[in-house]
Amino acid sequence: MAVLTTLDPRSRAAARGWSDLTIRNAFILPTIAFLVIFNIFPLVYSLGFSFTEYRASLNRPAEFVGLRNYYELLSDPGVWSNFTITAQYVILSVGGQMIVGFGLALLLNREFPFKGLVTTLLMLPMMLSPAVVGLFWKLLYDPSWGPVNYALGLGKFEWLGNPTNALIATALTDIWMWSPFVMLLSLAGLSAVPKHLYEAAAIDRAGWWYTFRRITLPLVAPLLLIALIFRTMEAFKAFDLPFVMSTASVETVAIRLYQMAFQGWDTGRASALAYIVLLVVLAITNIYVKYLNKVKER
Amino acid sequence: MRKKLTGILAGIGFTLAGGTSAFSQELTIFWAEWDPANYLQELVNDYTAETGVTVTVETTPWGDFQTKTFAELNAKGDAYDLVVGDSQWLGAASTGGHYVDLSKFITDNGVDKSFVPATLQYYSLYEGKYWSVPLEGDANGWAYRKDWFENPEEMAAFKAKYGYDLGVPKNYKELIDIAEFFTRPDKNMYGVALYTQTAYDAMAMGVEQTIFTWGGDLGDYANKKVEGILNSAQNVEALEAYRKLYTFTPPNWTQAFFAENNQAFTEGLVAMNMNYFAFFPALANEASNPHAKNTGYFANPPGPNGNQHAALGGQGISVISYSKNQEEAMKFLQWFIRDDVQKKWAELGGYTCSAAVLGSDEFLNATPYNRAFADSMKIVKDFWAVPVFADLLFQMNDRLHPYITTGQGTAKEALDALAKEWEATLSKS
Repeated sequence: MAVLTTLDPRSRAAARGWSDLTIRNAFILPTIAFLVIFNIFPLVYSLGFSFTEYRASLNRPAEFVGLRNYYELLSDPGVWSNFTITAQYVILSVGGQMIVGFGLALLLNREFPFKGLVTTLLMLPMMLSPAVVGLFWKLLYDPSWGPVNYALGLGKFEWLGNPTNALIATALTDIWMWSPFVMLLSLAGLSAVPKHLYEAAAIDRAGWWYTFRRITLPLVAPLLLIALIFRTMEAFKAFDLPFVMSTASVETVAIRLYQMAFQGWDTGRASALAYIVLLVVLAITNIYVKYLNKVKER
Repeated sequence: MRKKLTGILAGIGFTLAGGTSAFSQELTIFWAEWDPANYLQELVNDYTAETGVTVTVETTPWGDFQTKTFAELNAKGDAYDLVVGDSQWLGAASTGGHYVDLSKFITDNGVDKSFVPATLQYYSLYEGKYWSVPLEGDANGWAYRKDWFENPEEMAAFKAKYGYDLGVPKNYKELIDIAEFFTRPDKNMYGVALYTQTAYDAMAMGVEQTIFTWGGDLGDYANKKVEGILNSAQNVEALEAYRKLYTFTPPNWTQAFFAENNQAFTEGLVAMNMNYFAFFPALANEASNPHAKNTGYFANPPGPNGNQHAALGGQGISVISYSKNQEEAMKFLQWFIRDDVQKKWAELGGYTCSAAVLGSDEFLNATPYNRAFADSMKIVKDFWAVPVFADLLFQMNDRLHPYITTGQGTAKEALDALAKEWEATLSKS
């Protein structure tokens, strides 16, 4: 495809002597500026705060304390407890989303009446506001008059009554909300699997499980891994659902960070915790991406 | 074209210049979203009528109030001219330079003589200076179902089981007995609704009230010492008593604050409701409480050693240092402390801190809960007001909530761990 390398001599840009490079930069510059102001600068600024004793509420200058914040956080059993709860939440909710989402995609990967409508309806949960979802699931889980207990015959079972139950209940809500995302990516992968492979497998009398293991899964794996990466990153940062549903009794690391930064105003320590979380998420994502590249190479 | 543009720009300039003087005739007060804020908005309309200055009371839910206020103060924002802040904020807000020193105002206008001393001590005073004018006096109290208590069958059954007459509890043992007596899950009846929410200070207020009532303390506020005080034997007993009371709450009562407690009461779930007096007007109103005629009120009962305390609630109104309308804000405060305004404030439902109004027969008889409120204001005690109060609150929530709501660990373990954390936090501050 021919790339435009010269300007129309009659254009105003040409009249002002703007090169293609200048025009390209002019278009990109606002976005770069936005990224620098709202992403890069806060990243670097907060990194600086993470090495200081500083409270935004106290109008005192930040005092450099080196790695003390990191040391105190990493030796605080409470913080490790938050990470443990977050890990449990990630495993439960992401695991559930992958199973339910992929299962739904397998079911939808065929022609049937009103397929479009059904697919759209199934995608509705992920279009809702997380705060709204949290609030109405909190009502659904109510032990005295919530429909969940009524439908499942659980009497007055307290879904949000203690941290363990609340963790499971919140994870279930997350699964309900984000399985459609996994379903969507899986469906894209499934629809890209060449039909002749299934036909060849059918001719060779391959069973459903063999076909699934040897044809479907390997070819859909890259997209499943992408879904896994995105959902793991999101679940690790989970704040809205645990906060709204259990008012912080499911104390994920994001909730601890919120309390530290915006209620305790312990800006220095909160910045350090934020960086610890960032490093953990980066490490996990790196592992996933390496595995994804291996899968793509096969 | 150029002339037209100049004309339009000049017009805009004159409009803005002319309008500038109107902008300074507005005051914004920031408070939490609850009924007293609505009463205040009604009250300040009188100020508008007298002076022409528009006063708006902006609100936000309690769970967000501290976060939003300090976000604005830390940014040195001028969105608000006055804030009706919690007493615990005095340390952080004064140390941070966010509040205007009102010491001269208080003494020059005789507020230190006309307002109840306890309210000035807890709502206004920090390190020898006054930082607010007490606006809403409040304390933690109890509402109860008079019809349940006065039912002859219930009374006979209670006497047979506990050996004394059923009535307003005279001490904490009776409170626990009555809560146990009325807990009948098969009939969807429970003894008490308690504070357990950990988003801010709800659970801490409920627990501290019990600790104070046992004769205990949260620490030596003056010297910031905690070890041996917070985890004392009587505090351990007090915490065990709160845990015992929790076992008589409705199911899923792990994150309850004023709204949930009032709802449990109006729905006929509980015999007794722990709540701040500021929330009792809703219980006295038949439109919002079908049991209003059968609702009685009492102050927090004494503990086993005769100590009697109520957790302090309420707030003072402070002038924000970054406000561009400080002069007008001071004039507003001068209007607010007038006796006639305090009287109207009380009539509307606000809890005045004016000694004259609070002690008048008119006030005491105005509502079924005012006597209990007046009694409670004499026995109030507060949480830490140091700059790191929020850290102390969240550490308390983290340590005590699992024990109270699930029985995890023991009261001693929870308080020992909390004492250690508080010592570390206070020593760093």
